[in-house]
Formats: sequence, C-alpha cells, structure tokens
Amino acid sequence: MARIFAYILHKSGVADDSPAELLAAAKKIDAVASPTAIVTGWGAELDAVCMALSGSYNEVWKIANEAITYPNAELVRKALVNVLPKDCILLVPHAHFGVDLSPGLSIKLNSAYIPDAVSIEGVEGTQLRVVRQEFGGQVSAHVSCDISAGAVINIRPGAFKPVQSAPASGRVVDKSSEAGELTARRRFLETVIAESGDVDISKQPVLVSIGRGIQEKENLAIAQELADAMGAVLSCSRPVVDAKWMPKSRQVGSSGQTVKPKVYLACGISGSFQHLVGIKGNPFIVAINKNPKAPIFQVADVGIVADMLEFLPELTNKIRELSAVSA
Amino acid sequence: MEILACVRRVPDTSENEIELNSAANDIQREDLVYSVNEPDNYAVEEALQIVGRIGGNVTVVTVGGEEDEEVLRREMAMGANQGVLLSDETFSGSDGKGIATILKAFVQKGHYDLILTGVQAEDGSAQVGGMLAALLDYPFASLVNSIEILDGGKLKISREIEGGTKEINEIDLPCVLSIQTGINEPRYVGMRGIRQVASVNIPTFAGPDLGIDASAVGEAAAKVKREDYFVPALGKGAEMLQGSREEIAEKLVQLLKDKGGLK
Repeated sequence: MARIFAYILHKSGVADDSPAELLAAAKKIDAVASPTAIVTGWGAELDAVCMALSGSYNEVWKIANEAITYPNAELVRKALVNVLPKDCILLVPHAHFGVDLSPGLSIKLNSAYIPDAVSIEGVEGTQLRVVRQEFGGQVSAHVSCDISAGAVINIRPGAFKPVQSAPASGRVVDKSSEAGELTARRRFLETVIAESGDVDISKQPVLVSIGRGIQEKENLAIAQELADAMGAVLSCSRPVVDAKWMPKSRQVGSSGQTVKPKVYLACGISGSFQHLVGIKGNPFIVAINKNPKAPIFQVADVGIVADMLEFLPELTNKIRELSAVSA
Repeated sequence: MEILACVRRVPDTSENEIELNSAANDIQREDLVYSVNEPDNYAVEEALQIVGRIGGNVTVVTVGGEEDEEVLRREMAMGANQGVLLSDETFSGSDGKGIATILKAFVQKGHYDLILTGVQAEDGSAQVGGMLAALLDYPFASLVNSIEILDGGKLKISREIEGGTKEINEIDLPCVLSIQTGINEPRYVGMRGIRQVASVNIPTFAGPDLGIDASAVGEAAAKVKREDYFVPALGKGAEMLQGSREEIAEKLVQLLKDKGGLK
C-alpha cells in the first residue's frame, strides 16, 4: 500500500479540525496505515503546529519557507511536488485551499484526483472506492479511482468522524531543504476581512433563513413578516446573496457566517454542504422545501414539504393569532 | 484581451428534482431540463464586462455533443463573439483530467490571455480549471470574486475564502481563473437574443483536428470513474409534518414555542 500523507492547514500556530479527520480517512483507505502529516509554513507558528501534530501522527514532515508563510497554493504545490515521494496518496481538506491546490497538484504529480470525498469504502487491487455527492447532495455516487500511480484526495470537512487512536510521540522531520526554489506567478498580497453588517447573525438565537425558494426580491417581505412575528432575524443561503437581494453579512455557510442559533428555520434552502457547515451548535432545525428530496430534510428535526411562499404567510398568521390570545 | 470561457451544459437543479432511475444505477434522465451550469454564466458575464472595458473578444467553448450547442448559443446571445464545440466519440467517458487535456489542446491552437471557468459544475468537483492551468503551466486561482486589470500583463484578483474574507492576489497573464457566483449579475437573455444567434455557425473540432492522442482522453484514460448513483440510507431524517397547511402551521407553532423559537 502506498504511503499516505495528510496536508494540514493551520492559522496562528493552530491546526484546523482536519488532523483527526484526515487520520480517520487514512484508516479507511488502509486500516493499518500510519499516515504522515505534512505541514508548510514558516517560523515559530509552524514549529508549534508540528509539535502539536506529533502527538497524533507518528511522523510529521515540516516544510519551512518564508515564501509560504501564507499558504499560496502555487508555491505550496511546487514544494509538495519536490518533497512528496512518487505514487503516494495525499489527503487534503476540501475547502478553499484544497480547491485551489489539489487539481493542479494531481496533474504535476501525474496522479489521480478525487474531489470532495464524503466516505471511503476501501481498496481492492489498484482501485480505491469512495462516495461523493452530486447535484447539491440530492444524490450520491460511488466513484472508483486507480491509485497505482498515487492520488490526491480532497476530503470533505466534517464528513469523517475522528477515531480513537493511541497518542503518538511522533518525530518531526525537516524537509525544508528539499522544497526547491519557491517563486510564483501568483503573489499573495493580503486578506481583507468582510465588512460586518447591520446585524450579527452569528449571535442570534432564532434565525429565519431563506434560500432560492424565495424566487423574487419582492418576496423578501413574506419572510421578514414571519421573522418579525417570531422575534427572529433573517439570514439566507448563497443564491440570495448572489442575486444581491440580501447582503453578504446575512449569508450562512462556509463562505459566509457560522451561526449557532437555538432554532433555525430553513425556508426554500436545499441544504448544500457549504450551507450546512455554517450551522453549528446543534440547533432545532425546521426545513420547509417543496422538493421532498432536498438534502436539508436529512439534517432537519422537522420537515414540511411545501412552497415556502404559500406556507410562510400561514405560519405568520398562526403566530400572530397566538400572540393576540396571550396578550 | 482575448478571453476564453469554458462552459458546460448540465441538468438544471432549480428546475428538476434529481431522482434515481428504475434500475437505481443512474439518475432519471428523461424529462430533465438542461441549462448552462450556473457558475459558468458568471464567468461569461465577467469576460464580457472585461472586454467591454478594455476591448477584445470572448470565445465560449464546451466539450460535448450536438445537444451542447444550445448552451454555446445562449452564451453568444449574452454577447460572446464566438462559440466552439469540441466533440469526438473518443472524448466520451473522460474524467476531469481528460476534459482538461481536450481543452488544453484547443487553447494551444489559439492565443488567449485569460481563461475563465465557473467555480464548479453539478458534480461539485471544481477541478477542470486547476487541471487545465497545470497542464498549460499557467498560474491559477480558484473562487475568484473580483478581477481588476493592472498594467504590465497582470491582474489583481480577490478569492472568496472562509467567512466572507477576501484573499487578494496579483497574478500574471496568461492565467486560468475559476469564477465564484455573485461576482457580477449575469445579463438576461431573452428569446429574441437566442433567435438572433440561432443560425450562427459553431465551429466544431474533433480529436484529430486538435492533435489529441485518443489514448490520453475518454473512458480508457480515465483513472476516476463514477460507477453508479445511489441515495444513501439516511440517519433519522426529519419528522415530516402532515396534514392541511393550516394544521401543519398549528403544529409548527407549538413546536417553535416549545423550542424557544418564539419571543
């Protein structure tokens, strides 16, 4: 079995959630695997991450270079191409950096690429079998991949539950001298934090969240009336922001805000994983969608198959009746 | 600026519920409504806006069959100067690398300063742009949500990363960018616009026209293959509320009250 590596992303000297998840994914490929963490960066923050990782990985490969203090995918790719052994399997979290890095890396390594694996079924001969989702999660697909010349596999964040494993006292191996000269035709300049909006949806206990099912900007009033009746705040999914009907600061999801409400009312939201990863804290989720196959119904506590534009006014009326009685 | 936009015709998920066929090995493809992959519209719109500012041409290309011409015509109705179809029996069954290999051969026949793709298609792979760039040895950036043209053959671009944060980069031309939705507002295309380009000739290139080695593309070359579609056995799933609209609303009000969802 090919050697398995896990590319670990980190910020301010701390790794994200991926080390344990990638370890779990590696065990699904090879139950006896002892994957190697591979980490790029610079300075004391990189050293701190490598030290922490050596508590769960038996080996940690460190690539220190000032040019990749910020993970510029083009430079990281060059370093990985130079450092990684031929025919290895590399696991990368399928987030904005993995989407930037992995397709091109697989070409340069001349290995196979599997994007966004949500489950790994195992290896038979040269074939690795994984599960992916298509059509926004409405259907899944078994995908087989010839890994005889290695593979880059992007792993969906949150899809692999960490497994209990004995603590390691791994060694950190400095591979910096093998990274080669790192120059790029794409140069990182800065990151610009999103402007905060009028309301901080990440602090709201009750959210009425709307998606593509709102259909027209004029229909926002229907959702706003419900939110007002509930004493809730309006949030949304990506298509509503793309259409410029609501500001980016109201968007829930991987490219928007992470929210932690008590109650989340998802109206006309299909429930792509990019949206769902923005909902934390195990809220009570109500899904209203006219498509009974919408993935949101898999994660919701309560589901209603209905056109939100017809159902929401009815719900608003009932809530108003209730408050009229109790007033 | 010469801009190439790579587009794809896909089942329109806003128009269809995607279901399994009776053999439970593929999606039900009868009666599916197809349209251009939504993010690709943003890529074409961005190309048109750049050319509108500084001049140039927009070419739209797709890999597929005759039925895919309709999306090329749609993008031409938006304003693209030319649509090109890359079509050959040997292309079918290509994986992401195969598609990128076909596109690379086409790119090398012409001269493009900038190549745009949509951020991802219906399979959520988000792979062809990055692969194409690597095959061409061009720089690449994904999830691009703004483009500013700089002097000296460079662009200033912003990538959308977590939490709405923007990652600002400078990138040399020629390059490949995958365009995030929301970067612009794609213009409306009416029936009249489609009719105006209905009879425009769409140049078609086959494998030999592009000098493509048939063994490097198609099913035989694909390392990654989709075996089937399925609907996974769910966890507990949602408790579905039944009844008339009024009854459901009453039940839901009670639930919301119990869970602290009402003020």
